[in-house]
Amino acid sequence: MALRILYFAALREALGVSAEDFDPPAGVASVSALRACLAARGGVWERLSAANVKAAVNQRMAGGDAPVAPGDEVAFFPPVTGG
Amino acid sequence: MSAQQKVADSTRVSVQEADFDVGHETTALGDGRCDVGGIATFTGLVRDANDGSGVSAMTLEHYPGMTERALADIVEQARARWPLLSVRVIHRVGRLVPGDRIVFVGVAAAHRGEAFAACEFIMDYLKTQAPFWKREETPEGGRWVDARDADDSAAARWSAGAAPAKG
Repeated sequence: MALRILYFAALREALGVSAEDFDPPAGVASVSALRACLAARGGVWERLSAANVKAAVNQRMAGGDAPVAPGDEVAFFPPVTGG
Repeated sequence: MSAQQKVADSTRVSVQEADFDVGHETTALGDGRCDVGGIATFTGLVRDANDGSGVSAMTLEHYPGMTERALADIVEQARARWPLLSVRVIHRVGRLVPGDRIVFVGVAAAHRGEAFAACEFIMDYLKTQAPFWKREETPEGGRWVDARDADDSAAARWSAGAAPAKG
């Protein structure tokens, strides 16, 4: 079972993708490992390495150490600007 | 008025395109109960200028599902700090123009101290924790609003043991 990955706001616009299903390679089991794996696609995907890109796992804010497992919904987005 | 609003310790959170009525929302926080001593509210509006440019409109994007959960979590954190009676949070999404209302936070409590403090706490956390993003329309074109360090500082002061006294 793959991960569901969502992208929002300026990051979604830059990537030209709002969502994808992704089967990470073996050993990719954390938010930071997943980010590195996606950034390795090169080009615009290198934006995922930017320090200010935030992440959520299953709709909760998550740090780089947070685990990701098959079936999880993982989102990447810029710092929030609501209110 | 719904029965839900009469229940003690009620919380209502909405993410919606539609406008809201500040008077109605404020009144509803105290309706049908006699334990409320004060209601503090904050209403955020769209400004016509930001970072030196005119702003003719903005579009608010959000993360459906997570947004409602994040707002409810923020209210729970406020309730853990102060004895609050009813709490109402409304955040609009979609395209808005200057003068439009964006956000409403209303807090009813027995005393003004916790109502003022919780209202500010909820806004400070909303600014840094709830997944909304603003895209402005300016004479120079569209641009995503950058997060402000001042918003991070405003949220951080609540974890530095600097919470105002109760009551």
